Amino acid sequence: MKPRQRRERWWLCVAPLYLFTLLFVLGPVLYMIAVSFAQNTAGTGFRWAFTLENFAKMRDGVYLNCFRESLRLALSTTLLNVLIGYPFGYFMGRLGARGKRLMLFLVMVPFWTSSLIRLYGWLIILQAKGLLNNVLLALGLIREPLKILYTYPAVLTGMVYGLLPFMILAVYTSVEKMDWTLVEAARDLGATPARAFLTITLRLTLPGLMSGVILTFVPSMGLFFIADLLGGNKIVLVGSLIQDQMTRGGNQPFAAALALVLAVMTTLLLALYRRATHMSELEGML
Amino acid sequence: MKRKRFSFAAFYLALVTLITYLPIAVVVVFSFNDSKLPVAWKGFTWRWYETLLRDAALMEALRNSVVLGLVSCAFAAVVGTLGAIGMARVHYRSKGMMEYLSTVPIMLPEIILGMVFMAFFSLLRLPFGWPTLILAHTSFCIPYVYLMVKARLVGIDKSIEEAARDLGATPARAFFDITLPLILPAVASGCILSFAMSFDDVVISIFVNGPTLSTLPIKVYTQMRTGVTPEINALCTILLAAVVLAQALSAALRRGALRREESNDKGERV
Repeated sequence: MKPRQRRERWWLCVAPLYLFTLLFVLGPVLYMIAVSFAQNTAGTGFRWAFTLENFAKMRDGVYLNCFRESLRLALSTTLLNVLIGYPFGYFMGRLGARGKRLMLFLVMVPFWTSSLIRLYGWLIILQAKGLLNNVLLALGLIREPLKILYTYPAVLTGMVYGLLPFMILAVYTSVEKMDWTLVEAARDLGATPARAFLTITLRLTLPGLMSGVILTFVPSMGLFFIADLLGGNKIVLVGSLIQDQMTRGGNQPFAAALALVLAVMTTLLLALYRRATHMSELEGML
Repeated sequence: MKRKRFSFAAFYLALVTLITYLPIAVVVVFSFNDSKLPVAWKGFTWRWYETLLRDAALMEALRNSVVLGLVSCAFAAVVGTLGAIGMARVHYRSKGMMEYLSTVPIMLPEIILGMVFMAFFSLLRLPFGWPTLILAHTSFCIPYVYLMVKARLVGIDKSIEEAARDLGATPARAFFDITLPLILPAVASGCILSFAMSFDDVVISIFVNGPTLSTLPIKVYTQMRTGVTPEINALCTILLAAVVLAQALSAALRRGALRREESNDKGERV
């Protein structure tokens, strides 16, 4: 009798969370899905009439190009992050306890620093009369200042830079947990270092690499202010398109449809991630 | 040969770390530069910090950001903490689904969350400004508190609270005397984390801030689009110091809790 009485009270504790989540998470998301099937009217309004025209509109070259551009940027960002972040996480995981603590701190500080501030630093470095051009000029490598800011490489730099900590931390956690005696055993049995790495280390750290890939790929699909600040308005990503349609364009149904497609892509990838690894790893990183 | 490989690793770690800190260093250094353009070093000055303090619009944006962060973080602390405590004890069928849904705000790309809130709030005819900003920020602060407290609860012995109840403590008393002190470090670090996230947010705020209300990151963002000024350097340096301080505090709290736990364990063993 007594334990049951106790258990019944707990609904009071979860009630605010349930209420808030239903009202301000599930509600808005369902509403967005509904709007994506509504019909846009002149001005900022829309009409409730079931239509697929918002999705059909995305087949237009301009918008397809946006998706292609976003995907290309997200993929190159992720690939570069793997190439730079994996060795970093790997080397970090092989350090002694003190080295690990120091590196972890050094990685975390920029991670928690405002992304705007770090972008602003790149803005200063990359601008026409900025640090990078001055250094290159002084070294005699170039004669005229290069135009770096407001180009694709500048955006890519900003993206890779912003998301690298995710990759490093994901790889590091899996390298740290690894059982190194397996590698030693393989070496004792005559495997070359390269072979031991490929068959054992790489395979055991694959979940970490996977979660790093998803942790960088997912946000890079939606990030728009890096492209906006470092790329000028030349590179239009799905994110900037959504913002534009929502504010200046006044086409809410189309913005909702774009967001829905982006969200579905993201959710599918996250589901993949959840299956490939354990959710608790992600939670532990927060 | 082993030595050589190690030195390459050290070199690589140092190089990447250096590049990581370069933009931050540039921002800080040029905030003290006695020149309008962040191009060459012209000497040390506090000038930009002084102009910054006289900039009424920026100061108001700073105040707005602090208030917004504190209020959303307070709401998130109550909802997230109670939620995590309750969720650990209830066995509803909707639990897994709800747990997933409640963390959606930090799983979805910010741009989607921002536009979803904008559309939904205009449907509800909420006045854009404080109410919408607080609701939106609370929604993405809750998961941080929730996940932190949930992780902490896993490590707590439930029998302590049960013992208190068996000895006649009311649920409220058992909560305030036993559970709350134990999870307080997690609540605190969750709060600091969510405050930092709220204080840093541009994307979501831009969608729901309304025509007149501006937060600090929005101000910085709009100024950055028009070009770089040393005042922003000074502002960024101050923000940087604040975030590093908050993080150090949060880490210290977590470490303190860990140490206390360790000494408790030792005490039990003896």
